[in-house]
Amino acid sequence: MRCVMPRLLAVHCLFIILPAAAMAQSSAQSHEEFLVARGKVGGLGGRLVVSLRTEPKTLNPVTALDQPSRTVFALLNADLVHINRVTQLTEPALAKSWKVSRDGLHYTLTLRRGVRFSDGQPFDASDVVFTFQVYLDPKIESPQRDLLIVGGKPISVRQLGPYKVEFNFTQRYAPAERLFDSVDILPRHLLEKDYQNGTIAQTWSLNTPPNQIAGLGPFRLKQYVPGQSITLERNPYYWKTDSAGNRLPYLDEVHFLIVPTEDAEVIRFQSGDLDLLNGFSAGNYAVLSRQQAERGYRLYDLGPSLVYNFLFFNLNDLPASVPSQLTQEQTWFRDVRFRQAVSAAIDRDAIVRLVYQGRATPLWGNVTPGNKLWMNRAIPHPPRSLDNAKALLRAAGFSWNTSGTLVDSHGTPVEFSILTNSSNSERTQITTLIQNDLQQIGMNVHIVSLDFRSMLDRIFHTFNYEAAVLGLGGGDVDPAPEINVWMSDGSTHLWHLGEKTPATSWEAELDRLMRQQLVTMVYSKRKKIYDRLQQIVAEQVPLICLVSPNTLAAARANLGNFQPSILPPYGLWNVEQLYWRQAGNGNSR
Amino acid sequence: MKRNLKFWAASALLAGIHLLLIFPGFFAPYDYSAQNREFSYAPPSRLHFVDRAGKTHFRPFTYALVRDDQNSGGYVEASNKPIPIRFFVRGSSYSILGIFRSSLHSFGADTSAKFWLMGTDQFGRDEFSRVLYGGRISILAGLIATLLSLILGTILGALAGFYSGWSDVLLMRGVELFLALPWLYLLLTVRASLPLHISTIDTFLLLAAVLGLVGWARPARLVRGMVLSVKERNYVQSARGFGASDVYLLRRHILPQLSSVLLTQAALLVPQFVLAEVTLSFLGLGVSEPVPSWGNLLACLQQYYVLTSYWWMLFPALVLVPFFAGYQMLAAELARRNSAATF
Repeated sequence: MRCVMPRLLAVHCLFIILPAAAMAQSSAQSHEEFLVARGKVGGLGGRLVVSLRTEPKTLNPVTALDQPSRTVFALLNADLVHINRVTQLTEPALAKSWKVSRDGLHYTLTLRRGVRFSDGQPFDASDVVFTFQVYLDPKIESPQRDLLIVGGKPISVRQLGPYKVEFNFTQRYAPAERLFDSVDILPRHLLEKDYQNGTIAQTWSLNTPPNQIAGLGPFRLKQYVPGQSITLERNPYYWKTDSAGNRLPYLDEVHFLIVPTEDAEVIRFQSGDLDLLNGFSAGNYAVLSRQQAERGYRLYDLGPSLVYNFLFFNLNDLPASVPSQLTQEQTWFRDVRFRQAVSAAIDRDAIVRLVYQGRATPLWGNVTPGNKLWMNRAIPHPPRSLDNAKALLRAAGFSWNTSGTLVDSHGTPVEFSILTNSSNSERTQITTLIQNDLQQIGMNVHIVSLDFRSMLDRIFHTFNYEAAVLGLGGGDVDPAPEINVWMSDGSTHLWHLGEKTPATSWEAELDRLMRQQLVTMVYSKRKKIYDRLQQIVAEQVPLICLVSPNTLAAARANLGNFQPSILPPYGLWNVEQLYWRQAGNGNSR
Repeated sequence: MKRNLKFWAASALLAGIHLLLIFPGFFAPYDYSAQNREFSYAPPSRLHFVDRAGKTHFRPFTYALVRDDQNSGGYVEASNKPIPIRFFVRGSSYSILGIFRSSLHSFGADTSAKFWLMGTDQFGRDEFSRVLYGGRISILAGLIATLLSLILGTILGALAGFYSGWSDVLLMRGVELFLALPWLYLLLTVRASLPLHISTIDTFLLLAAVLGLVGWARPARLVRGMVLSVKERNYVQSARGFGASDVYLLRRHILPQLSSVLLTQAALLVPQFVLAEVTLSFLGLGVSEPVPSWGNLLACLQQYYVLTSYWWMLFPALVLVPFFAGYQMLAAELARRNSAATF
């Protein structure tokens, strides 16, 4: 008789072991603290093809500064606290909750448990401490370091437990929570050794094999083809689910194609090579709108962006190398009535209509209507008035000679140049309109079109310019990132750089207001302070704000959960929720 | 006879083009900088002889354009009132050769209505007027650059060819250096270092000067070769034997032999330098707004939406075709005559 006992025993053991293993796995999974994403429940599968204007310079979040790198990082990495790009408010991410001490100096973050990096290794508080140690290390010179300095001193972090960290500030900081957005958490298990060896700045280059890179984002690196493309694949350990409990992301892959110009992007989108477009001009919007239905895509006009374009005059203390004529011209520029007259003479509606084909918003202040939380809606919007402009100039001592040319009190004709960036056609067009507008009040304006580097060199270093047209903004809605523009010692205080003390009483007031709003923790009070700043800027016009272009986006009609935002990364901010509908009229990939 | 016809046809064509461009104020109905902001990218006005009621008019007419709200961004003709086109009308004031002023224009629409032969640009400026004024800038730049390069090239090439030896070696190495120069980057550098207060005229002259100074090398090499050949001819040797000085030999015997070659070279260089100016202005390195040149008129075509939506913005490119064709025909005829004279 053959012995059947061992076989029966084996089968019984199998019946015990298998469920136990399954229970262990589900136990591990059930210990994962997922973030449940709001959005429609979609289906798995498919590939999304998106463009980048240039190749990323690196895959290392510690050293990257360029926009393409940061766009890719947004998919590979995750942050502790995230700014929802639609509501513009902070919400939990890797940190599931946080508490703020009464004095506003200590933030205790509780991290999600059970989260793993894309290589399967667990994430905990030691990774957070390591991350900030690296970013704050002055020897590394990470660009992130500047963002983590508050009141002149870097923030500090300490570990309170395996899933609890405390951040300490030396002074209260109103936008502290927003500080953590896009600060990518690094894997200690992969980078600590390089950090100790002093080689962390050289790690994770474009040549690094994908299996040596890990992050907490929805995707991980699959393949990089130099000069052509970067392919990311789904992160199987991602810590977000949809409302039905399905682990995100839905997409199998995101494929970045290198497409160097906007026009090439539009052509490739129209031909089906690309699935979405993040930002393009109003002119191309009109081209795309003609074939929406037949080519199966949808266009989105999200209204005013956060970018503000402006004209400003050179009020800097001039070095000896600059022509003496500029010193005389500065007596005009420094008179607020002159600047107000220029502002009054500019036809902003024409800029909106002719340069942006109606897809822009005229501005009289530095905060655009796209900024729902901080715009001062009480700032007046005076219509264009040549009479008002002339009255202001008369009050400032100017007059007109017999040929209609504006002259100052010494009889010197008012003539100056405006710098513009030759590679930015919209700003060049704006300058052409301004030239024509100012001609109508007797000013003789020349347009000097330079390559961007030469232009910045004149504005930031040599100060050899009279006026310029530029644009700022776009990063975040909070006033904090604008600090360097409005503080008199700020690095982008464009009209008067390098001030050791404020040159005017209103600039001193701007300094005081910026410092005050940074430490005012209650939103309504902070808003009032920032409203006052906007009012002063609108009155003194150090920057003559002109227009804010609308944020425009496009995507295949069957791309589900596509909800582009005016904040970067625009259409990709919720990439983990994007999915392909199996619609009859679309292409499912 | 046929060949003479070609020569005279080319000459007539070029004379006609240059005449248009010497007196752009008269032939252009509007000032090149006058903006009509309500008519951005308006298409060319249609010329009619038969109105909507079917009545034929002896005088051509057009209809006013109005915005087509149903076809966003487009225009339609308001067909209720025909607007006659008249010749020799009074309009905006302009200067003739910088000396005289006039307000007489070759044609225009009645009253305050507008007639745009080649449509308008983004700021509602008449494209036809800008093509005429722009041609003046581009062609003048080409002519000045050609003159400069030929004068410089002739002097240096003649010296190199006549004296030979170390001066020849030195000058020809200079030629090679200039031929190797990346002139575009040189111009970028020059443009970035220009003072802010440089008038349009100065920018234009500087541009022409740089083109001419960079372009002397090829004529110099050609002249050198010719001089090397001519100086060995019997009559030159005889004159030298009779005690003629170097200057006399060059002036009386050698350089006159080069005149036809230089003329042919000029016919080849003018379109090349015009194209160089067009290229520079296309890239934003030429004269600045609002002054037009053929290059900066074409610059808007770098934008995809303009290229695909507003076909009339290609007119400046079409105008270049007869211009280059005329000069090519002229150069070919002159070269043929030179070779016939030689043999």
